[in-house]
Amino acid sequence: MQSWPMQTLYTPEDYKRVLEAALLSAAEPLPLAELKRLFDDNFDDDTLRSLLADLRSDWAQRGVELAQLASGWRFQTRPEYQPYLDRLKNEKAPKYSRAVMETLAIIAYRQPVTRGDIEEIRGVAVSPNILKTLEARDWIDAVGHRDAPGRPVLYATTRKFLDDLGLRSLAELPPLSDVEKILENVDAAAPQG
Amino acid sequence: MTLELQSESDLELAEKPEPNSVAPGLHRPKVYGEPLLELPRDLYIPPDALEVILESFEGPLDLLLYLIRKANISVLDIPMAALTSQYLEYVEAMHRRNLELAAEYLLMASMLIEIKSRMLLPRPPKPDSGEPEDPRAELVRRLLEYEQMKAAAAKLDAVPQAERDYEWVTVWIADKVAERQPEVTLQDLQSAWMALLKQARIMQHHKIKREELSVREHMSQILRRLQGGAFVSFDRLFIVEAGISNLVVSFLALLELVREKMIEISQSEALAPIYAKLADANPLHA
Repeated sequence: MQSWPMQTLYTPEDYKRVLEAALLSAAEPLPLAELKRLFDDNFDDDTLRSLLADLRSDWAQRGVELAQLASGWRFQTRPEYQPYLDRLKNEKAPKYSRAVMETLAIIAYRQPVTRGDIEEIRGVAVSPNILKTLEARDWIDAVGHRDAPGRPVLYATTRKFLDDLGLRSLAELPPLSDVEKILENVDAAAPQG
Repeated sequence: MTLELQSESDLELAEKPEPNSVAPGLHRPKVYGEPLLELPRDLYIPPDALEVILESFEGPLDLLLYLIRKANISVLDIPMAALTSQYLEYVEAMHRRNLELAAEYLLMASMLIEIKSRMLLPRPPKPDSGEPEDPRAELVRRLLEYEQMKAAAAKLDAVPQAERDYEWVTVWIADKVAERQPEVTLQDLQSAWMALLKQARIMQHHKIKREELSVREHMSQILRRLQGGAFVSFDRLFIVEAGISNLVVSFLALLELVREKMIEISQSEALAPIYAKLADANPLHA
């Protein structure tokens, strides 16, 4: 096997090309710490981040984009081209039912929660299949037990959930509608009603 | 949002057939075999569609929200009597269709009736604010919380998801397919060969092979030794160090030479030294 001598890197473009090659060939998102290992230079995080931001804008006009996720940086196709990509697939990715999505929303926004908490909010029993579906996708997992009778399991969302939704943290979840405000009004309005 | 679309179509179903639009002589809708002369004004669900509609609700809270939003009433001021009767109508209708009612629907029905009756009773004031508590407060809180999560689920569903709305990118590189092969230098090869030789030397077996000893060859050797015609003592014709097989062949060669009368063997008396010399008739030295 031919082994290439290590090129000396001079310009930011040289460094970006190395980052690009590493990110494209990686199977998982690469965090900053991992990307730093590519170079002999002792880059600080900000330098590396600005190189990555540069690289992302280099790809701005392509069918593929560089995304920053909860577990690092990764290339992904642009959602607007998915309908075309779907033509090459035999089956379209199935959609989750409302029950699954509502359960996921409650776990994402109210975590950690027990099955009882979910049932309390939704007003119906949670079928085991719903939790199984989300666990199989590796989007939720059991993070402990509530110190209550029966020691119910507490569920939370995983890092993969954030990655798969293109979020860097839970703070980036779509904001909730302003129910707290309405509830205050309820309390205020209650005596009159 | 899908639910809103659902609600609109339900509204259409409920409002389309106005009583005056049912012209005599035209096709009249029938419900349970009875011609439907007076059409319900409010919540009308065609019996055949009931099952489908029931499945579209995620539970009693979802159904209640639908009824409230459809009637365009504020969640903050629910007319309990009207809502309860509508809800019960719906549950009743499901019951008539022998649909298996989830326990949650019945529980909600009893809760609505309880709230309705508590609304009629004088309410004790709250200990902290001194104001009477609204029996609907808990229901309202639950409805709003559920509605909030329902909206959040829809928003979450709208967020692009990996493998549904986009794909991860990985570049095909040969490295992944063919297992990476180790590199070999000339030096590696050399040292491997040396090691092999060393090993071979240690592991060498004692080998036995057939030695090609020629009687003819030994005959020539003996004749060469006897050149000059002098007597040579018998034991000097043999090379003891050459081994037994060599001695045997040398002896055979000697006998052959005697038989062919090329040499003469003589012994003066028993146990005296034996001498050999070329025969006079040896043509080689004639």
